[in-house]
Amino acid sequence: MYRPWYQVAAFYALVGVIVLISIFPFYYAVITSFKEGTALFKVSYLPSNITLNNYIDVFQSGNFLRNILNSVLVATLVVVLSLLMAVTAAYALSRVRFRGRSSLLLMILSVSMFPQISLLAGLFELIRALGLYNTIWALVFSYTIFSLPFTVWVLTTFMRELPVEIEEAAIVDGATPWQIITKVFMPLLWPALVTTGLLAFIGAWNEFLFALTFVISDKTRTVPVAIALLSGSSIYEIPWGAIMAAAVVVTIPLVVLVIVFQRKIVAGLTAGGVKG
Amino acid sequence: MKAAATAAVIAPFSQLRDEQLRAARLFLLPMIAALLIVAAWPLLRTFYFSFTDTSLTDLYGGQFVGFENYLTKRELKSGRVLWRGVLADPNWWNAVWNTLYFSVVSVFFEMVFGIIVALVLHQEFKGRGWVRAAVLIPWAIPTIVSARMWGWMLNDQFGMINDILLRLSIIDTKIAWTASSDTAMTAVLVVDIWKTTPFMALLTLAGLQLIPKDIYEAAAIDGVHPVRTFFKVTLPLVWPAVMVAVIFRFLDAMRVFDLIYVLTPNSKATKTMSVIARENLIDFDKFAYGSAQSTLLFLIIGSITILYIWLGRVDLEGGRK
Repeated sequence: MYRPWYQVAAFYALVGVIVLISIFPFYYAVITSFKEGTALFKVSYLPSNITLNNYIDVFQSGNFLRNILNSVLVATLVVVLSLLMAVTAAYALSRVRFRGRSSLLLMILSVSMFPQISLLAGLFELIRALGLYNTIWALVFSYTIFSLPFTVWVLTTFMRELPVEIEEAAIVDGATPWQIITKVFMPLLWPALVTTGLLAFIGAWNEFLFALTFVISDKTRTVPVAIALLSGSSIYEIPWGAIMAAAVVVTIPLVVLVIVFQRKIVAGLTAGGVKG
Repeated sequence: MKAAATAAVIAPFSQLRDEQLRAARLFLLPMIAALLIVAAWPLLRTFYFSFTDTSLTDLYGGQFVGFENYLTKRELKSGRVLWRGVLADPNWWNAVWNTLYFSVVSVFFEMVFGIIVALVLHQEFKGRGWVRAAVLIPWAIPTIVSARMWGWMLNDQFGMINDILLRLSIIDTKIAWTASSDTAMTAVLVVDIWKTTPFMALLTLAGLQLIPKDIYEAAAIDGVHPVRTFFKVTLPLVWPAVMVAVIFRFLDAMRVFDLIYVLTPNSKATKTMSVIARENLIDFDKFAYGSAQSTLLFLIIGSITILYIWLGRVDLEGGRK
């Protein structure tokens, strides 16, 4: 369709504004992370006097590397555990007709709406009682609350879309439900598993409230809490350079994931529509 | 003879169905058990704590006190009546107001910007894939990280936001965005809208892609103005998808914690229900009082969820409506 040049120009200007607003804060964090000393406190929009000292500081002081490992470990374990439970549950919820199926789905959806704060007191007691307080297991345990309903919900949506004929063929050949899941559905479902796992991973990686409450020592903290608590000896000495370096380090993997898997992420978000 | 043959076919079928049901039960068991332990039980304990005087340091020493944490009336000797408890606590009502204001305003702007971004991404143009990836970046950045990034950009002395606004002569003195009680809520809203507009945009985009193209062609042939087409055709058709996104986002915004905790700590102008509930639970050693506040937040979000499900917006059976 023909469009006059000024409309095309206006459209691309809008695209430009959207891209600029989306990436500028991250870009600004990157150039800040390369500055030190007085340069840090002069506003500039292009990189100048590049130094890596902030990055060296972040990794040398404190337990930042340890915090990253904690985050990776927690998020991976949460994803694996949730997917294991969710795959079989999603099969039952999407493929088998039984009484109370809708109410069960409704309950799963409501759990994913729970405000996390309303579980904090009870979880605090439970984690204390189980002896998990101040260990990363407290986080693996508590993150199941949002990770499991989400993975079940999204996988159920994906599994519904698989054609019935494949399953019927397998049944005719005498396959048990377990074989149907492992031999027939899993090979077809792996893109959905990647998507769901990725979204659950990001959710666990970013979680803050439980991580702030159930873990109190520097060594067991996850990255978001470590970054939130990075501060100088007084409010006038906030180490902005180091904070930005830490921010860049934890964000780059996510940005790479987003660029590589953007189609899958979009598909998963639309299927789930549960968490932002 | 014929009946016997039919029975022979039916018998293995119902056997199959029994087997399927047994498997389903087994398959659901781990998930249900996990949710009972990790969600249902802690929730019930929080409810229980809210009716006791439990303290953080002595979790098992609490006595049952009824509704004391919620509301109690006390009559002084002078005859003056004092109300105590969460429901008579101005800090609580301030937090309720902050939360509602934050949720309504942020979700409204996210919806508007989300629709605009979705309409742009729905067009075909060179580099669309890259633009979509760029739009996803704010969503992927951890909330804490975006709070700190924006905290730096909004810094009163060295922040670039003040620098730009000064250069453009929009303001004439530097503003302490996150510290001043007049602007703290605005700062929080800006960051939240920036971060969650991508989510809205993607869900809206998915809705847009379901609209058949021939409707637009028909409108174009009839010479309908594009703006009119948008309001009369596109918007009504995409509205259900937008509403689903809006409700999910609203429920999410109602429980906001991390952004506010990091961007504007200790600002009364931005404290939400989650923030003051955690303060009472952990920092102020008013464990039972905080439990009561968490319970109230749960009831508020719960009733919105029920309302939403009752309105029949959730698609449980996977059928298209």
